[in-house]
Amino acid sequence: MHNRIKIKADSINFFYNKVQALKNINIDILEKQVTAIIGPSGCGKSTFIRLLNRMDELVPHTSITGKIYIDDVDIFHTSADPVEIRKRVGMVFQKPNPFPKSIFENVSYGLKINGIKDKSFIEEKVEMSLKKAALWSEVKDRLHESALKLSGGQQQRLCIARCLAVQTEAILFDEPCASLDPISTAKIEELILELKKEYTIVIVTHNMQQAARSSDYTAFFLLGELIEFGKTQDIFTKPNDSKTEAYITGRFG
Amino acid sequence: MTSIKEKIYKWIFATLAFSSLVFLIGIIIVLFKEGMPIFKEVTAFKFIFGKSWYPTYSEPEFGILPLILGSIWVTLGAIFICVPLGVGSALYLHELAGHKQRAILKPIIEILASIPSVVFGFFGMVIVTPFIQKLFHLPTGLCALNGSLILGIMATPTVCSLAEDALSYVPKSFREASFAVGANRWQTLTQVVMPAAGSGIATAIILGMSRAIGETMTVLMVTGGAAVMPHSYLEPVRPMTAAIAAEMGEAPMGGSHYHALFAIALILFLVTLVFNIIAEIISRRFRIKLGLSG
Ligand SMILES: Nc1ncnc2c1ncn2[C@@H]1O[C@H](COP(=O)(O)OP(=O)(O)O)[C@@H](O)[C@H]1O
Ligand SMILES: [Mg+2]
Repeated sequence: MHNRIKIKADSINFFYNKVQALKNINIDILEKQVTAIIGPSGCGKSTFIRLLNRMDELVPHTSITGKIYIDDVDIFHTSADPVEIRKRVGMVFQKPNPFPKSIFENVSYGLKINGIKDKSFIEEKVEMSLKKAALWSEVKDRLHESALKLSGGQQQRLCIARCLAVQTEAILFDEPCASLDPISTAKIEELILELKKEYTIVIVTHNMQQAARSSDYTAFFLLGELIEFGKTQDIFTKPNDSKTEAYITGRFG
Repeated sequence: MTSIKEKIYKWIFATLAFSSLVFLIGIIIVLFKEGMPIFKEVTAFKFIFGKSWYPTYSEPEFGILPLILGSIWVTLGAIFICVPLGVGSALYLHELAGHKQRAILKPIIEILASIPSVVFGFFGMVIVTPFIQKLFHLPTGLCALNGSLILGIMATPTVCSLAEDALSYVPKSFREASFAVGANRWQTLTQVVMPAAGSGIATAIILGMSRAIGETMTVLMVTGGAAVMPHSYLEPVRPMTAAIAAEMGEAPMGGSHYHALFAIALILFLVTLVFNIIAEIISRRFRIKLGLSG
């Protein structure tokens, strides 16, 4: 099976206030595959993943050179609309961040702001998204309760459902399990493997086993540079670079 | 030795901490003690709903409805000014202003809050009064509108800085989540940030009102002081605070008038107390809702 390229980063350099956080990054992210990004804290993983749906724009005083293509469309081109990009490429954050609204409203939020008013369509979509996020059976009787009453793991799956209701193509996970217990983590990993059938997935993780278990490709970042990128299996069994080897065997980071 | 020292320190600081409670209780006792005797002369109902306030007549009348309405009118008018101004500038500061603008605007707003009320009153008398008088062709520009304008401006910094605090308590992660599903700035503001900050903003407004209704010097200076039932914002009124401040000096100590003024103060105290309790309850809920510590 040969997957086509969904997201392509081409010679990306990124600066916070003139301080370089990413140095000449080139990656091809394949469609309907899970690509893991690993590396020690502060090496630019979040910075990179946030570029992929232009969330970097929320931080002032940054600059970027290079290009990112989604389906061959340059997302930094002046004609590209960040709002449109984010409807195709969603993001799940490190700390679960449901809105202080009901479970239902959380999932339907993206639909509502996109001007969808058809109630039955929204209900269907909410149900479908919650099912896909493996949360439906746990919340179907209390859709109108506050989302903040859910456990951390449930909240994170709710945030995934919130993405799924709108985003159709790719989902970016920035350390989605960092604040979760092992059981919730296992559920999210399972879910990611399930979602892979329909979505292109990029996941930043600190957890080596998680990368090994759930990804097809792995990128190793160090100090803003992409040290090595390849099939997960290869990276973990026969890394080319000694720094990669040092990291995955736990000798630093 | 040290343990005795420690005990003494602890005792001293505990006394200091509880002294405000003592003051509060003292004030309440005095208000009740000096205010209650008036209800031997008029019923509480007649006092609150009586339409004539003639405390110095030989057959005095102690109906404070005109004063209560004076306070309410002026405060409501002030709300029309301080809510749009205060909440609007909070939104601007929080959403749109860059770092440099904030660095200039925030201190300016804080300075506005620290100007003594007599200065505002002076401003009202000298600038606003002739302006209103000319604009509406009135015999005098000292009126409810004038009071509302000045009080509104005075309460704006309170509303603004409390509303801005409320906005800044909204976790950044809510905004990110909203943007991440394709919302634009305006949608994020109106559908996520403002609802999340809503009860915090409500608290800001209530505390702004509380500030307006208790304000004395300015209303004394600019509302014209007529203790009559208000009919128009362009006529003079006498809010409760102004009545107390203006009349206390002339009211013979221990007389009915004196007791009536204390009873007004008691009512004012209770009203602002209720406002503050409501504000506290709402802001507690707000913090719980946002998952901040109670
Ligand atoms: N908003 C920001 N402003 C300035 N520097 C930042 C900002 N966010 C991250 N950085 C810096 O960029 C580098 C990469 O950070 P980040 O992408 O968050 O790393 P990671 O996710 O791999 O831990 C770090 O040195 C960090 O200090
Ligand atoms: Mg990170």
